[in-house]
Amino acid sequence: MQETEVLEGSEAVAFAVKACRPQVISAYPISPQTHIVEALARMIADGEMDSEYVRVESEFSAASVISGASAAGSRSYTASSSQGLLLMTEVLYASAGMRLPFVITGVNRAISVPISIQVDHQDTISLRDSGVIQFYVESSQEAYDTHIAAFKIAEDPGILLPVSVCMDGWILTHSYERVSFLEQEEVDRFLPPFKPKNFLDVNDPKSWGSYAEEDVLMEFKYSIHRAMQYGKERIKEIFSELATITGRDHGGLIEAYRTRDAEVILVAMGSMVGTIKEAIDKLRSQGQRVGLIKIRCYRPFPFEDILDNIKVAKVVAVMDANFSMGSEGALGMDLKAKLCGRRGAPLVLDCVAGLGGREVNEKRVLEIVERAREVEESGLPLDEPYWAGLRPEILPEGAENDRQGKIG
Amino acid sequence: MIAKEKSGEQELFVSGHRACHGCGMALSVGHILKATGKDVIVVTPTGCLETFTSPYGYSPWRVPWIHHLFENGPSIASGVAAALKAQGRIHVRVLVIGGDGATFDIGFGALSGMLERGDDVLYICVDNGAYMNTGGQRSGASPMYSSTTTDPAGKISPGKSQMKKDLPAIIAAHGAPYVATASVAYLKDLEKKVKKAMEYHGPRYIQIDTPCPSVWGFSPDRTLEIGRLGVQSGLIPIIEMQGGMLTNVLKIKKKIPVEEYLKSQKRFSHLFRDGQHQKEIEKIQALADINIQKYGLLKDVEDKR
Amino acid sequence: MKITLGAVVKGGTSLNYKTGSWRDQRPVLNIELCKACGVCESVCPDGAVHLVNEAYRIGYDYCKGCGLCAYECPADAIQMVAEEK
Ligand SMILES: Cc1ncc(C[n+]2csc(CCOP(=O)(O)OP(=O)(O)O)c2C)c(N)n1
Ligand code: SF4
Ligand code: SF4
Ligand code: SF4
Ligand SMILES: [Mg+2]
Repeated sequence: MQETEVLEGSEAVAFAVKACRPQVISAYPISPQTHIVEALARMIADGEMDSEYVRVESEFSAASVISGASAAGSRSYTASSSQGLLLMTEVLYASAGMRLPFVITGVNRAISVPISIQVDHQDTISLRDSGVIQFYVESSQEAYDTHIAAFKIAEDPGILLPVSVCMDGWILTHSYERVSFLEQEEVDRFLPPFKPKNFLDVNDPKSWGSYAEEDVLMEFKYSIHRAMQYGKERIKEIFSELATITGRDHGGLIEAYRTRDAEVILVAMGSMVGTIKEAIDKLRSQGQRVGLIKIRCYRPFPFEDILDNIKVAKVVAVMDANFSMGSEGALGMDLKAKLCGRRGAPLVLDCVAGLGGREVNEKRVLEIVERAREVEESGLPLDEPYWAGLRPEILPEGAENDRQGKIG
Repeated sequence: MIAKEKSGEQELFVSGHRACHGCGMALSVGHILKATGKDVIVVTPTGCLETFTSPYGYSPWRVPWIHHLFENGPSIASGVAAALKAQGRIHVRVLVIGGDGATFDIGFGALSGMLERGDDVLYICVDNGAYMNTGGQRSGASPMYSSTTTDPAGKISPGKSQMKKDLPAIIAAHGAPYVATASVAYLKDLEKKVKKAMEYHGPRYIQIDTPCPSVWGFSPDRTLEIGRLGVQSGLIPIIEMQGGMLTNVLKIKKKIPVEEYLKSQKRFSHLFRDGQHQKEIEKIQALADINIQKYGLLKDVEDKR
Repeated sequence: MKITLGAVVKGGTSLNYKTGSWRDQRPVLNIELCKACGVCESVCPDGAVHLVNEAYRIGYDYCKGCGLCAYECPADAIQMVAEEK
């Protein structure tokens, strides 16, 4: 019997991390990540957990400390949000290049300016090219389970990359949910101690962080990509191995929800997925053939699994809680890049949804489905992304405003 | 005749690195590792030392070595130290060997954090007074009125108009148990200090003056000579601080005027070009005199007491 | 040669890179004048001087010809001569 408790999402994550026995933890506070690292600090202060906790002066150092610890052969962990994640960026690229398998919780929050503690995915999406594997979760339970899988995935000899578990701030970290926990022995059996082949060892001195030229540099980059591609199958195996222990199957790289005969398929990730599922159930009860693909693993990008589930769809509406200024949202770009030129590919509707904490409620989901139906009817994609819930009326007057006003 | 035989094979920092001819920094590293022995993990931030020792496939390091980024040497080291502690590998110690730019400037916040936490790391700054790896730009360690590529001497500028940051004092103020300065011109003293630093636990700091023939502008056979002139003029005080107190200084044998030091290097040559810079030279002499007084560097001053 | 995981390489491999080719001045040690003080070994930034069979020898595989040993030798036992190429 698994123990079950109603508790804050942050605490659930802290329990998952504790169960994975990281030897080194280092973190710097930022909302809404703080409760996770505070909970871990408490566990250590109370002697319930045996980890070195390095209380650093910045997120840059937090990521650096766990990189050093990982290179020295210790399982390591950190968590951050928003500005803190951006501050870690340079470190994460380097550590992915060194193939250091630590785990980092990316608690999603918008990026300054204006400074805000609202939720969106701009922070972790900004790290998508770094070589860090990224998972997005929908619930505290999924956050708990995914963290336990994350260490095993990171440390897989064929992968060896940092893994980030991304979860929406406040909505997941600060709300109370019923969460089931694994027994420590179950986790220990699933996740054996970290024993890397390479580590900083005085008995076998090796050098890390070489300078490379154009004769080999491209191959090093390609190796990271190859590890990610290999990772796709391995991640699915590890997820299902865990599912047999927990009895909870959250899906593989994606979760396909009522997609089999769907004409319109929404694609989204993070906590908004719950709302979307409810809206889909409602539309289904009205006879509309609508489905959802929830992206669980964003990097590597699970294109094959998406493709398998959109075969009969006419329109795929991608909901991006991030935006590449001057272009479009990241998920939309990824998907279209892969669909381009494929016979019978569905049209893609890019939607900006949930940016800057703008609520994604049932009404907004229904609007998006309506837009998708319009696209289906016209047979043409929109020139510009659809900004769900944008309030054009509060935009200031100005030359650039004329056009933006029309988009909303 | 010295009986002890030694072949290069046993050294911890071997030949084949790509430092410039006569590089003071390269010279210092062999001596540092001679003093620490093999049970150390070395962290090196981006800079000359990293570049000339890390072309892919050609490492001169016979101790585990890691270069990660320019500004995180101290925090990488803290992480390594934490891992060693967690694993119970207590006989292995952590060393940072990094440039002045990494130490005084871009990595300063991380260094302060490492010191404040009391992490068990010996941080060695190999100080050549500018960003050499990128061609000699100004750093917080560049000496006053030196010409650097980003603060060059020109028609209306005498070069860097600020003093060198007094980093040893700042580090001592963090409560570091052992802080020292050294010079490649005094290699025995340098080795002694590294050995001594290894006897302490917690954050320790040694700043080594490592003349750079290529960018300071002097002949590569004069690396030690230039180092000596710096020390003997009083511009580069060689000191030791234990528990925050000044406990030892390397006495100046025969005080030389700063001109002798300045004239020996291209980076100061503008001060002598047109006879217009007497004021600046006097200012530099005053800095040396202050050092001499502050640290009691002159032998005869002490003798007379 | 295959690239390594994370670009991690074996230590000590720089010995495969012979910096002696950088040299245009060659230090020549006169064993008659040498007092075996060891200064040349100590000051060489390239680890090119070694005690071999109780005598200091310059290893030309790695010597870059900087001249430091010659300048610092207290016995003037090392002369720098132009390298013949
Ligand atoms: C974040 C970042 N900024 C700038 C650089 C470029 N850079 C590399 S080394 C260096 C200067 C190193 O100076 P210092 O620490 O004094 O070492 P030195 O090369 O003089 O030994 C600079 C500016 C970099 N690699 N990373
Ligand atoms: S530029 Fe100066 S410090 Fe850098 S390798 Fe050359 S001599 Fe040494
Ligand atoms: S420095 Fe001169 S005297 Fe001393 S060992 Fe070398 S060659 Fe001989
Ligand atoms: S010339 Fe320079 S590199 Fe050659 S042996 Fe002498 S000190 Fe070493
Ligand atoms: Mg420098």
